[in-house]
Amino acid sequence: MKKEDVILELINVNKKYDDSFAVENFNLYVKKGEFVTFLGPSGCGKTTTLRMIAGFELPTSGEILLNGKDISQLPPFKRPLNTVFQRYALFPHLDVYDNIAFGLKLKKIPYKTKDKKGNLVTKLRKFTREEIDEKVTKALKIVDLEAFEGRNVSTLSGGQQQRVAIARAIVNEPEILLLDEPLGALDLKMRKEMQLELKEMHRKLGITFIYVTHDQEEALTMSDTIVIMKDGQIQQIGTPLDIYNEPQNAFVADFIGESNIYSGTMIGEKKVRFLGKQWDCVDSFPINEKVDVVVRPEDIKIKPLGEGNVNAKIVNKIFKGINYQFTAMVGNNEVLIQSTNDRAINQEVSLSIKPELIHIMKREFSTNRYSDAYIDKNNQVVFAGVSWDCDVTQILPGSSLNEEGYLISKDGKKYDLSDFDVIADIDMHDIEISDDLEDGNIVGEIIQMVWKGDHYQLIVRTEDEEDFVVDTVWTWNEFDKVSVKIDPKKIKLKAKADLSKYEI
Amino acid sequence: MRFKRKYLSIPYILFLICFVVIPILFIVYYAFTNKGGQFSFSNLVKFFQDSTNVNVLLISFVYAIANTLICLVIGYPLAMLLANKNINKSYVLVMLFIMPSWINFVIRTSATRDVLNWIGLSTGEHSQLTTIIGLVYNYLPFVILPLYTTMLKMDKNQIEASKDLGANSVQTFFKVIIPMTMPGIVSAATMVFMPTLSSYVISDILSEYNVVLFGSYIDLYFNQADWNFGSFMALIMLLLIGVSVLISRKFSNEDETGGRASIW
Repeated sequence: MKKEDVILELINVNKKYDDSFAVENFNLYVKKGEFVTFLGPSGCGKTTTLRMIAGFELPTSGEILLNGKDISQLPPFKRPLNTVFQRYALFPHLDVYDNIAFGLKLKKIPYKTKDKKGNLVTKLRKFTREEIDEKVTKALKIVDLEAFEGRNVSTLSGGQQQRVAIARAIVNEPEILLLDEPLGALDLKMRKEMQLELKEMHRKLGITFIYVTHDQEEALTMSDTIVIMKDGQIQQIGTPLDIYNEPQNAFVADFIGESNIYSGTMIGEKKVRFLGKQWDCVDSFPINEKVDVVVRPEDIKIKPLGEGNVNAKIVNKIFKGINYQFTAMVGNNEVLIQSTNDRAINQEVSLSIKPELIHIMKREFSTNRYSDAYIDKNNQVVFAGVSWDCDVTQILPGSSLNEEGYLISKDGKKYDLSDFDVIADIDMHDIEISDDLEDGNIVGEIIQMVWKGDHYQLIVRTEDEEDFVVDTVWTWNEFDKVSVKIDPKKIKLKAKADLSKYEI
Repeated sequence: MRFKRKYLSIPYILFLICFVVIPILFIVYYAFTNKGGQFSFSNLVKFFQDSTNVNVLLISFVYAIANTLICLVIGYPLAMLLANKNINKSYVLVMLFIMPSWINFVIRTSATRDVLNWIGLSTGEHSQLTTIIGLVYNYLPFVILPLYTTMLKMDKNQIEASKDLGANSVQTFFKVIIPMTMPGIVSAATMVFMPTLSSYVISDILSEYNVVLFGSYIDLYFNQADWNFGSFMALIMLLLIGVSVLISRKFSNEDETGGRASIW
């Protein structure tokens, strides 16, 4: 790729509020004329990133390069970018014309003239009234609002107000147009219409669009490139097709379109086991590696009994207009299937999936690991801000604790374990969560939930920003406050420091 | 007879008749009669013949305008700071600025006089200055509160939009923030301007009767049992206030396009 094609570059951009990262290590380049979408659930940092590009927030660290020049510390009015806000943010005291002309009236443009001595000099002048008039009329035409100039903005519908907001931004001919969930406040039909219109505008104007949305369908419809974010971090960057077909992890697969996500194990070269069966696949992973398996509902074929790979029973169906959506059960696992052929509920069928449609991803979490744990003077293990009454003799096989609390090894050596660093591992099945906040050892908020066929995998984040990954069959909601209950006896400990230094 | 909802308004209508309509009619009656009770324009002639009367009215206007402007100049930035969530997160500070208005204003004004005399600003020698200080001190809370409420409701996005479109902070202030807070400015101004016109306790106490405002002038005539002339001046004041309400309403209507309502 040629350097001159890049209009905007974000290098190691971080934004920290108090102690937590809103955006972490954000790296991205945007090509001239590209339609880039930041996609992610609320609180993922997509809007913060956009606001840093616009200049409403300054990054804690990192660079934002526009045409190769760092603009990260410039105030918004010095950046040649314009924003379309989610709630339009039109000026209520101005009519449609004056709203659109607002930026033009402030702008100064350079022009060449001869001074008294006849030398060519560059001076700044404002736009003339005729120039402003012409530009506003053109912008109104682009957004399809001719003859609305004199209207009071409060008399316009939501869709019309959004058009005025778009006109107000594009009339300044920005190098990049930033759009912060611009269609979020519109109803579904209006939204679909505006999506197509925005796409068309992008094509005609030829300027770069950076678009923020939480609506995956919107992102797939409009973008050239999608940046999927979660928790302030980029999960995947790619074309809509790449992201849909080759999601990089379970979160992306779950967020983009509907998908079946299962925990699987690699059992051979390009062979994976999930849903209780062996399947051929096209991805190579080490044997015995635990993986996440993603299958799109439309990629599963329903066949007569005996002709597919695994037997299933259809338990539910919904007619969706263009196809049926079936829910089938394979043992305890739910399988979501889309098909144009009707099947009866309770029908026993067989399912097959082509190897290239089975997407295998590296598993993000196989266990909860706290590598900054240590043992306090009461022989309790401290991590995530809580002390746990674990079995500390695990760190040295065959050892025991004497009455004074010292660790005695098989061969009679004596150790003082206070301040000894350990690694604590907890299996995801060994963590229970409860809505009774008094019940568990530590309180946190559910920040992510992925359905894995027969159970949910949740991430509970505590106030100290410690994450617990939990497998559970119960349904919870995102942002639920829960308490995390762990049986200390099930916490596995490994020595991290050199034990011999603690001998006394 | 069935009970109808509109009967609920009867007590209020009675109240309005007894305490608003009838007193106004009394004022009109006294204004256009002489001491003998006969219909006459003598009060009107007397008012406009003697330049002292008109002067008192003009001076009152000057004080009211000065008070309004000073209150706005002090109160506007203050309300902006109070409404800025980055600077002031609590309501306590706002309450501290509002609280002086809860104390009986005769006591408050007497105390102001003593404090001013104590720091060497004699109410006898600098009566104009001390009167203005007293007026501003008394009316500042009435400016802060409506401005603060309007600014709290103001959408930060619009300020950002203005900067995004190329306006620097000064341009944003004059082109966006001031017009958008105009309803608050208008209600603050009305809450100061009109009461100042008719106030008299503050000027009496703080100027030792050197500054005579229209309110104390009316009071003077009533105390001397000239109800007719006093009423005529009260009527003039009523008309002036009516006119200023109409003007301010026109202002706030023009600026209420965003559906923002002022307190009025």
